[in-house]
Amino acid sequence: MNEYLEVFIEESKEHIQALNDNLLVLEKNPTDISMVNEIFRSAHTLKGMSATMGYQDLANLTHKLENVLDAVRNNQLQVHSEMLDVVFEAVDHLEEMVVDIASGGEGKRDVESVVAKLQAIEAGEQVVEASSTQAVTTTPSVQTDSGLSSSLDEFEIAVLKESEEKGFQSVEIKVSLREDCMLKAARVYMVFEILEQEGEVIKSNPLVQDLEEENFEQNFSVLLVTKTEAEVLRQKVLKVSEVEEVVVEPFSMEQVSSNQQVQKEALASDETNKASKDAPAKNASNSKEAGNVKLGNKTIRVNIDRLDALMNLFEELVIDRGRLEQISVNLKHGELQETVERMSRISGDLQNIILNMRMVPIDQVFNRFPRMVRQLAKDLGKQINLEIVGAETELDRTVIDEIGDPLVHLIRNSLDHGVEKPDARVAKGKPAEGNVTLLAYHSGNHVFIEISDDGAGINKEKVINKAISNGVIKEDQASSLTDQQVYQLIMESGFSTAETISDVSGRGVGLDVVKNTIESLGGTISIESEIDKGSVFSIQLPLTLSIISVLLVEVQKEKYALPLSSIIETVVVHKDEIMQAHKKSVIDFRGKVVPLIPLKDVFQVPTQLEQDDYYSIVIVRKGEKMAGLIVDSFIGQQEVVLKSLGEYLSDVFAISGATILGDGQVALIIDSNALVK
Amino acid sequence: MSEQNQQEFKAIVFQLQNEEYAIPVQQVGSIERIEHITRVPQTEEFVKGVINLRGVITPIIDLRKRFGMDEAEFTDSTRIIIVYMNDLEVGLIVDAAYDVIDIPTEQIEPTPEVIGTVNVDYIEGVAKIDSRLLILLNMERVLASDEIDQLKSIEG
Repeated sequence: MNEYLEVFIEESKEHIQALNDNLLVLEKNPTDISMVNEIFRSAHTLKGMSATMGYQDLANLTHKLENVLDAVRNNQLQVHSEMLDVVFEAVDHLEEMVVDIASGGEGKRDVESVVAKLQAIEAGEQVVEASSTQAVTTTPSVQTDSGLSSSLDEFEIAVLKESEEKGFQSVEIKVSLREDCMLKAARVYMVFEILEQEGEVIKSNPLVQDLEEENFEQNFSVLLVTKTEAEVLRQKVLKVSEVEEVVVEPFSMEQVSSNQQVQKEALASDETNKASKDAPAKNASNSKEAGNVKLGNKTIRVNIDRLDALMNLFEELVIDRGRLEQISVNLKHGELQETVERMSRISGDLQNIILNMRMVPIDQVFNRFPRMVRQLAKDLGKQINLEIVGAETELDRTVIDEIGDPLVHLIRNSLDHGVEKPDARVAKGKPAEGNVTLLAYHSGNHVFIEISDDGAGINKEKVINKAISNGVIKEDQASSLTDQQVYQLIMESGFSTAETISDVSGRGVGLDVVKNTIESLGGTISIESEIDKGSVFSIQLPLTLSIISVLLVEVQKEKYALPLSSIIETVVVHKDEIMQAHKKSVIDFRGKVVPLIPLKDVFQVPTQLEQDDYYSIVIVRKGEKMAGLIVDSFIGQQEVVLKSLGEYLSDVFAISGATILGDGQVALIIDSNALVK
Repeated sequence: MSEQNQQEFKAIVFQLQNEEYAIPVQQVGSIERIEHITRVPQTEEFVKGVINLRGVITPIIDLRKRFGMDEAEFTDSTRIIIVYMNDLEVGLIVDAAYDVIDIPTEQIEPTPEVIGTVNVDYIEGVAKIDSRLLILLNMERVLASDEIDQLKSIEG
């Protein structure tokens, strides 16, 4: 039954995300009852799922949450900010629990304080609510002869009732396994498999978890909501081998419901009417939506490990493709060349498909920000409107995993140092509410992410003063810096030190980390800013990390790969065109003086070849700066698989990794960023 | 080394200059012939470069240089022993590798003060099997990078 766990975790995460999203919407329109219904539905489903899986703590907390939502739905409670704070807190706890379960835990957590707060909200407002809480506590004490019904909670009873209204019947199925049954859990699984085709399993005795761990004797019973006839069910379950006996009995709701009814009647009678009117309407919309999802979403869930495995295999294929291409060039055999060309084209298409499969919408990262911004704005005493554009933009999974933390950092930065406090904004003639925009879009082989705010902007004076006092730049350098260069300073390591964070109205808390992360992903970050108008942080990232286009070059007898993304162009110059400036070789490249870097010297390549009169130069850039790398010859452009040099050689100067060439040899990939100073 | 708790353990024996060394077989992934090694610039002198080991980029260490011995030309018997240590996967160039033997734990003697030119830090112990003297290597020490300075002082 472990395969349910994965689905459970995935779906729980989705529901928790839905809770977060919808609660934020609700906060903006507190009177939107349809939104409350949405939220209730998510909580409801989550509760049902966790109860079925045996995670009682999770089910209990959701249950409390649901009580509050139910009260709102029935107009017994008003939505207000403090209440939402508590609800959000509860959702955070739920999330922690699910994370715990996902990492193999029990999903247990100390939630007493939040439960108390929820109950206070629920009870504090109206007496009616208090009595319904009582109903919850009294329900479990209802005794019937069945072991199942005695342990039913309010939620399960509600489900049973709803389904009864829709014409489903509830049956209790008692299954006895043969005494010599070897794999009890497997049989249980098969029985559940059958039952779930016929209806919905509400509860089992013992709990699913115990069944899964074989913590039971020969018998177990399942409470099922179904339209299938009892005899048919019995026959189907009996088909499972090693099942000794199956008894299907109609499950009596009468005692349970009568008990409920009494309490319901004790409540205001019109309230009961409203609730029962609400319920069918809600159900109708439920089933409609469920239908839509099934029709519109022809997708399957694939474990990311499988995609990684596919990617690895494909990388091997790319290497062999390179090898084949080389062989066919060497042999100059027509038919072979034709076949290899075709194969190259097909594998190119294949590559696109695989990369696309690994694409995930950046929404996965963005969706946590509304909550974060809400909390931060509260803590900082600021009013912030967060706008998200382009959340559907897709990125490779590996990039998605890495980009979250830098973005959190940048958004915090915008809220903390960018957007001013409401009174300060009003004084400047701006609306009290600040705007922060998160924008993502594709362009070429890159993804761009921008974080912009309409806050105070970056005070260049202060940045320069601080950079000088922290020793990031020297005083005499300051005057020659362009605006861009000044802004870049705040991302230098050493710019921000703990004791000076608060006195600088600019930015710069640990932004060096952000910059490093983004550059390690092969991306760049730039800043634009205007005083009192705001700032924009733009991040440019490659779509994928594992397969890159490179220019292969030869330095003496050694081969190196230069990522195409950093290359501007290649030139061949005569040695007479090389000029000397401050004892350094430079060339005039389209009117710009570009310093030359002989790779042979940088990498101490043993000399084996004579240098001829012409130099082959690769012009590379790092931000605004350019440099010319002197090589011996260009081999050509190629798609290669980026591989790490491994733990032992984790920090080699100017080398960002290695790749395997067509002939099986290893070529190092040059990190030109490290070479351009 | 946990192997020492057992009665005996299997070890790969290899030759370096005139000495015989041993590494527990569990730490050895495979033994490879010398193939094309891509030099990695600006690394330690004993780092010979990297090879393509069935699709995995594997760093190669010249064990002679690591131990401060004279470099030797590669011959037909020169081998690369691929060792696994924690997360590291590293190849060691040795003069020859030809034997797997069982070493009884009681045959292992503590590290003598000085053996040849090798820094004692790398040595786990010495085992006498019949007339052979095997030097047991402590791979963790061999691969640790903070040892480099000490090594240089010995060379100097």
